[in-house]
Amino acid sequence: MTSSAFPARTSGRRFHFLFNRAWQALWVLPLPAWLLLFFAVPLGLLVAISFWSVVNYRLTPDATLSAWRYVLGLDFLWASFWRSYGLSMASAVAISLLAFPASYAMAFVAAPRQRLILLGFAIAPFFTSYLVRIYSWQVFLTEGGVISSVVQALGGKGESLLNTYFALFLGHATLALPVVLILQTIALANVDRTGISAAANLGARPGAILFRIILPAARPGLTLGLLFAFLLSYAEFVSASYLGGGTFQTLPILVTDLVRAGQQWPRAAVVSLLMIASLLVTAFVTVLWAYREKG
Amino acid sequence: MTHNTITTRRRLIKGVLAATAVIATPAVLRAQGRRDLSMLTWAGHADPDVIGAFEETHNVRIRAKEYVGGDQMLAQMAQSPAGTYDVILSDAEYVVQLQQAGFIEPLTPEDYPFDDFFPEFQNFRGHWFDGQPYAVFLRFGFLGLSHNRAAMSEAEARSYRSMWDPQHEGRIGHFDWHLPNLGALSLLNGNASPFDLDEAHWAELTETMMSLRPQVRGFYDYGGMLSALRSGEVSAIPGIGDWITGVLARDGADVTTTIPEEGGLQWTESLSIGAQSENQDLARTFIQYMLSPEGQVKTATLKAYPAMIPSRAGWARLNDELPGEAQRQNMVLNGPNALDEIRAGRIRLRELPVQQSLETWNDAWTRYKNA
Repeated sequence: MTSSAFPARTSGRRFHFLFNRAWQALWVLPLPAWLLLFFAVPLGLLVAISFWSVVNYRLTPDATLSAWRYVLGLDFLWASFWRSYGLSMASAVAISLLAFPASYAMAFVAAPRQRLILLGFAIAPFFTSYLVRIYSWQVFLTEGGVISSVVQALGGKGESLLNTYFALFLGHATLALPVVLILQTIALANVDRTGISAAANLGARPGAILFRIILPAARPGLTLGLLFAFLLSYAEFVSASYLGGGTFQTLPILVTDLVRAGQQWPRAAVVSLLMIASLLVTAFVTVLWAYREKG
Repeated sequence: MTHNTITTRRRLIKGVLAATAVIATPAVLRAQGRRDLSMLTWAGHADPDVIGAFEETHNVRIRAKEYVGGDQMLAQMAQSPAGTYDVILSDAEYVVQLQQAGFIEPLTPEDYPFDDFFPEFQNFRGHWFDGQPYAVFLRFGFLGLSHNRAAMSEAEARSYRSMWDPQHEGRIGHFDWHLPNLGALSLLNGNASPFDLDEAHWAELTETMMSLRPQVRGFYDYGGMLSALRSGEVSAIPGIGDWITGVLARDGADVTTTIPEEGGLQWTESLSIGAQSENQDLARTFIQYMLSPEGQVKTATLKAYPAMIPSRAGWARLNDELPGEAQRQNMVLNGPNALDEIRAGRIRLRELPVQQSLETWNDAWTRYKNA
């Protein structure tokens, strides 16, 4: 009786083992598929297109370096590249600094329930179209708009703020600030409280606690916030054209110009690849810095 | 009593249902017989108030695909199978390219009211090849210096040179397209054929353009120009015309377009029939409608952007029905009008560059934007 039950039990165990394996495989399978579908294939296509040519406004498979030669031969390319990079980095740093006090308050001052409500407020802007939000900034910033009317009422000149870096920065902040707030708050909320209490009990001042306990512990999350703000601002096109008025020639605007002028998708692909390369380098460096061993 | 109301209610419902069925039948039959006409066009030309009456009369549904800019239009044609578009509305400078690529059908001159056109539009350059028209002239407009009157007076706008005036520093806007901008500056440089430039004059033109860069406030699309001119964000925009300021003036903005002493440009839109279209008869009927007095008045007063029209009958009807608009658009019959500007030689056609490639002009513009 037991002997007859025994093999059954081993087969049951084996089945169990196989089932577990299959179960895990089921969960692992999407990872390579998604990576292929959403990253490798589009990137491969972009690389391929950069070697194609345009014949009579038609994208034609080819193996030519002409698009690369053209883009890398543009005398203003690197000026535009660094301008684009610098503007986005400046926005990212400013947005991170702006967000920090609010994130700090949400993480250390607000009760958990309040924190949820406040985070909800931070996410709320995502429910309206980004384009609409940028257009509404125009109403505030333009000549005779809301802001300039208020300034004039107070006796100032009240000139239009459109097509200034300030307007462009507002656009970047509109896009990236909610994301940065969330990332920073999560990073700060996960800082181990025992260390903070210990430091306080040993008589550390609040400033010392912030700079020697909280910031080092939250560094990965805070750096990710900065990186995301940079990514979003760098690839941003709507603010650059509607709030910056196209006067700040960023790389995304160059991409659209190249496409409009004779449907030069290969050249646009080259600029996009330059952007992706610089993004990857930036991401790599910041992540390395964020997770480097404390020593 | 209640019993009564129930029966009458039932009767009523039955009656309504029956009546609906009777009324709906022709609509269903009509819908079954309805034909589709596809059209590739700039925005606004397929608005219901323009084509509604035609659709109704001929039991047609016009399916419009809108484009922005001739390059995009040519790309759309190149990427679609032949016969995708029955009607193509195009700028004159791109008709040549459409014809050379074999994208449009030759037309029969007798089908269209060319005799009714004012002489300058009858044998329009770039529409006729070997004595056959490939496009029918639909509407046109002038490009000069559009300005906000509060910031720049008409007297000032009589020369493109005013854009360099220190008081307009950072107040000059640009329509983000090289052709009309370079054309306007080429007129300022005194080139009689603004688009036909040898190496020396081309170099001079790019210098003129670059010297304007410090004055530039921004580069705008259609909507951007409307809001920048209206608010006074910019004082003036060169190389555009009533197709922008007319829209704003209709809403009461204090803006206008002045044709400077150095001259202005003419833009031209025309209708063609797509190569291998399966609805050529319907396409022809549609073009005929747009050139009838009724269609001409509709296109002259297009909501998206008004324009002048080439046919005498169209002018007569516009003066009859909307004298104010005829006056505003300089199309009055008894007195000086837009035709005098053309006849005085103050207007040049907007064209593609003759001695340089389009790419060269595009590059110069991209370089200017990035300066």
